[in-house]
Amino acid sequence: MAEVVLRNIKKSFGPVDIIKGVDIDINDKEFVVFVGPSGCGKSTLLRMIAGLESISDGELSIDGKRVNDLSPADRGIAMVFQTYALYPHMTVRDNMGFSLKLAKVPKAEIDRKVNEAARILKLDPLMDRKPKALSGGQRQRVAIGRAIVRNPKVFLFDEPLSNLDAALRVQMRIEIARMHSDFNATMIYVTHDQVEAMTMADKIVVLQGGVVEQVGSPLELYHHPANRFVAGFIGSPTMNFIDATVKAVAPEGVTVELPGGDNLTVLVVPGATKAGDKLTLGVRPEHLQEGSGDGKLTGTALVVERLGGATYAYVKLDNGTMITAEVDGNSHIRVNDPIQLGVRSQTCHLFGSDGLALAQSTRHPLADVGRGKGGH
Amino acid sequence: MSMPSTFQKPPRWIPVLAWVIAILIFFPIFWMALTSFKTETEAISTPPSLFFVPTMENYTDVIDRSNYARFVWNSIAVSFGSTLLALAFAIPAAYAMAFFPTKRTPSTLLWMLSTKMMPPVGVLIPMYLLFKTLGLLDTVTGLLIIYTLINLPIVVWMLYTYFKDVPGEILEAGRVDGANPMQELFLLLLPLAVPGIASTGLLSVILSWNEAFWSLNLTSSQGAPLTAFIASFSSPQGLFWAKLSAASLMAIAPILVVGWMSQRQLVSGLTFGAVK
Repeated sequence: MAEVVLRNIKKSFGPVDIIKGVDIDINDKEFVVFVGPSGCGKSTLLRMIAGLESISDGELSIDGKRVNDLSPADRGIAMVFQTYALYPHMTVRDNMGFSLKLAKVPKAEIDRKVNEAARILKLDPLMDRKPKALSGGQRQRVAIGRAIVRNPKVFLFDEPLSNLDAALRVQMRIEIARMHSDFNATMIYVTHDQVEAMTMADKIVVLQGGVVEQVGSPLELYHHPANRFVAGFIGSPTMNFIDATVKAVAPEGVTVELPGGDNLTVLVVPGATKAGDKLTLGVRPEHLQEGSGDGKLTGTALVVERLGGATYAYVKLDNGTMITAEVDGNSHIRVNDPIQLGVRSQTCHLFGSDGLALAQSTRHPLADVGRGKGGH
Repeated sequence: MSMPSTFQKPPRWIPVLAWVIAILIFFPIFWMALTSFKTETEAISTPPSLFFVPTMENYTDVIDRSNYARFVWNSIAVSFGSTLLALAFAIPAAYAMAFFPTKRTPSTLLWMLSTKMMPPVGVLIPMYLLFKTLGLLDTVTGLLIIYTLINLPIVVWMLYTYFKDVPGEILEAGRVDGANPMQELFLLLLPLAVPGIASTGLLSVILSWNEAFWSLNLTSSQGAPLTAFIASFSSPQGLFWAKLSAASLMAIAPILVVGWMSQRQLVSGLTFGAVK
């Protein structure tokens, strides 16, 4: 059992607050991804959990024990760094066995554990090489092996794939995900790549400016973003935001007027919303279709990108707003063509002037499902 | 795309200039070596003679007249001893400054270096009196202490630069693996910084070996290194160019050999950080 609990964690460098009071509960065996734009504090937060940065205020506990003042080695964690941080003057074997050697584990025991990790990671033929004689992917594996050997309660990954090329990144992503299933360990993973976050996480923590914007399963963040920032950050291409005025409010939803005059009823809990309020309508590019829907938007295609399976149309609406639409790969749309896009009411989001989302009336059926495990 | 400048040969005058500069720098040493094999009369003749019958008499005279071995031993003791001492102080200092910097680290470094900017003669009298009181005049220990202190700023500064180049994440990985600060220093940082430490040490040895101001003022015979040995040939009885040359050559020979054997280390050390 190794839950990680962060309570009002703060970090300041002099007068500058980097982490402004973070509360996160990470369950045992959970794969949690911290995601956010660069400078959001996600790496700092991870390094604070690792013990490489001091905690200015708040409580951090791992496995039920307060660890604020413990050294990294005593926290039961292992970390994989972005640059791998292998010891350049040691062989792969010595790199992986270093922590055990420091802990004065008997030689035979070290060999057994290192060989076991090498077998799992298919590093056997490389054991006597130095890191400089390895490829990027192999170095990454050694770094992971070094973590495995310590048999930690919690694995910490700091953007481990960002130095790899695209193909290797996908491969390592799958390997780390499989490793998580095999080891049944708690893992905390930092990335700026929302695709990595979506594909690997049981739970995603979206950070911005040292504050947690939202915590939830990947599909919860996708279908029920708490605010405009999360809505725009999760999903690719990014969500479209269109100004809309409230026409009518009913218990089952809020009716807004779209640019061009069409009315659309979005299925959200109205709360204090009243007719005449200015809101922002959020609709994902993949939820727009050519033709008509519950409401329509009209404009001109300025750029058309054909990806084969899908076509991205960058559309300037008649009121001047730029939006992106993911239309069919076989669409005949061309640059400067007029285009009509249909919007379906159940895929739309509404955000108040404070940026907060109006809660959806019905919860998406998959919103509480973690990565392939039926949820936590 | 064409890439013109990168693959072009440098203009022809560059190597010529390099040779001219090299010869200019080397000439005094060459002339000194030549003079050391002349008789005293040949040494002061004008025009200077390029062709002469070489003689070893200066060398035998010099060795007969003084205890060369003791000077050599003193030089070795003070230059290597002070270098080891300086490294022992500087390594922890540079480690702390490179990996745990505070707001004041840059100013501390600059302040340390600024002590090198004062002319040493400015503190000669107080130093002399201090040495006299402590009974350190004309001792190897005295020189050892003063050379360590003289070289410390440069050694700290150079090591700091080298350590800065070791990725901090490697040491952090060590910390996660359970290394205490000592293990971090000895098992991770020092093995990675060996080239830097070697060239820093070498520079410190050379600087101490060639140091003349303090050795001439604070030692005379028992604790005197080779610089004092050379100087002893330019005093009371007048200037004996040939013997002075022979003594000088004997003084610089050991360090010349060390320098020549480690020139690759030295060059890479001195240009370190300049290209990257």
